[in-house]
Amino acid sequence: MTKTRVPAVEGWFTSDPDRPALLGQRCAACGTYVFPPRDRSWCPNPGCAGRQLDEVELSRRGTVWSYTDARYQPPLPYVVPGAEHRPFALAAVELAAEGLVVMGQVVPGVSVDDLAVGAPVELVVDTLYEDDEHTYLVWKWAPVAGGGGA
Amino acid sequence: MRGRDDVVVLGVGMHPWGKWGRNFVEYGVAAATDALGDAGLDWGDVQFVSGADTMRNGYPGYVAGATFAQALGWTGVPVASSYAACASGATAMEVARTRILAGLCDVALVVGADTTPKGFLAPTSGERPDDPDWLRFRLLGATNPTYFALYARRRMDLYGATDADFARVKVKNARHGLNNANARYRKEVTESEVLASPMVADPLRLLEICATSDGGAAVVLASAAFARRHTTEPVRVAAISTATPTYPNAVIEMPNFATDSWAAAAPPERPFKASIAAAAYDEAGIGPEDLSLAEVYDLSAALELDWYEDIGLCKPGEAERLLNDGDTTIGGRVPVNPSGGLSCFGEAVPAQAIAQVCEVTWQLRGRATGRQVEGARVGITANQGLFGHGSSVLLAR
Repeated sequence: MTKTRVPAVEGWFTSDPDRPALLGQRCAACGTYVFPPRDRSWCPNPGCAGRQLDEVELSRRGTVWSYTDARYQPPLPYVVPGAEHRPFALAAVELAAEGLVVMGQVVPGVSVDDLAVGAPVELVVDTLYEDDEHTYLVWKWAPVAGGGGA
Repeated sequence: MRGRDDVVVLGVGMHPWGKWGRNFVEYGVAAATDALGDAGLDWGDVQFVSGADTMRNGYPGYVAGATFAQALGWTGVPVASSYAACASGATAMEVARTRILAGLCDVALVVGADTTPKGFLAPTSGERPDDPDWLRFRLLGATNPTYFALYARRRMDLYGATDADFARVKVKNARHGLNNANARYRKEVTESEVLASPMVADPLRLLEICATSDGGAAVVLASAAFARRHTTEPVRVAAISTATPTYPNAVIEMPNFATDSWAAAAPPERPFKASIAAAAYDEAGIGPEDLSLAEVYDLSAALELDWYEDIGLCKPGEAERLLNDGDTTIGGRVPVNPSGGLSCFGEAVPAQAIAQVCEVTWQLRGRATGRQVEGARVGITANQGLFGHGSSVLLAR
């Protein structure tokens, strides 16, 4: 039986297999961006009186602002995928067009030795963890082969 | 600059840090009793109690002011309870100070204490998908050291900081705290021992990340007029900063998933962390060049280096030089964390910002046995709690 694939959080990213993207918001008045999306409509910019945030897909590519890894198993509510904890890398990634830095796990198989500040990465959707019926999905960052631009 | 009318630290007290596993109220009461004794006052003299809350000890922790007042014996005294994550203690002090400055009371007791679980600090249990602190563990597995490590890696990339630099911060602080009876860890370590400790969140190693501890700290604050009748060695509270970020904060902060966006508004000239002490300097009319010492929030060894720059001891990128020249070691130009810092204490969240003030007070009185900064006249504390809580207390004699 195949498991149902569901996002681990609602409304933060699209799961389009070819072109997944983070879902943010943009203020209709001043153009500032918001991630994660909020269920309120006012603009976070104190210099803006905007009251309308429109859902937008964020840039799928960015550059590494900084990175690290989790050598030890994080505590609950983190759920270990698989039988035992395997260290995974994390990256904070700068999206130039939106002026945002967004955290994410880095895809399995990529260690801190493969990362560098300023390196280009792109968004993918991957398994966060599974239970008997579901595969829970989350966004992750993956190095861009050959280091192309955004 | 008020000067003569500044609120005064009349007494300080601590329950030693450790992993005692007893109720946090016990630590708070012990610290409060010590602070009152140090001030030469009785519990019945206290006109206001300001508690710093803990999120890990059930309802009594959320109403710390009342919890400590009840434990000391109800006297009808008014109370307040503050929560500002790691900055809670400073917020509680600011509540007490402003009440004194407003002329509503002369003597206030500020108390914070915590009992912590083993291991990584984790969010409170239950399914809480609307809470970013819960979600960052669920969706990212991002522990607190993860965030500290992002900053550490950034220092290496921007300024060429090395593993050895970070290890030397730990070596310095371990030496500073060696004779501090309130510190939990009192053991010298070598650079190679630090570098041989297990990697937790690259590039940070176990001995470079602060532990979680049990502990309690208290201060007695008084109006200048009251203090003149009770002490000949007043330590003045020259300023307290409880700064929050200015939009857009372009630095990723725990427990957030993303920064603010700088697409529509430029980030402030002074980033959040640098604005914390700056607000205290501005209030007091005192500058970093006047400092005798500093107690900063070294959640990681690398983060202590960030603080050197953020409290104005040097320009960005120069912290490693300051450390390696011995400027921040006791005996140097401006010792940092003479208490041993979080490195020797571990973090007891609501007590920690108060403990920093206890240490600076002892230093300014010349009573920091075994770790005294000679001739100390001005000291600053700096601290940052999650969800945008900055705090800094500037003390002078």
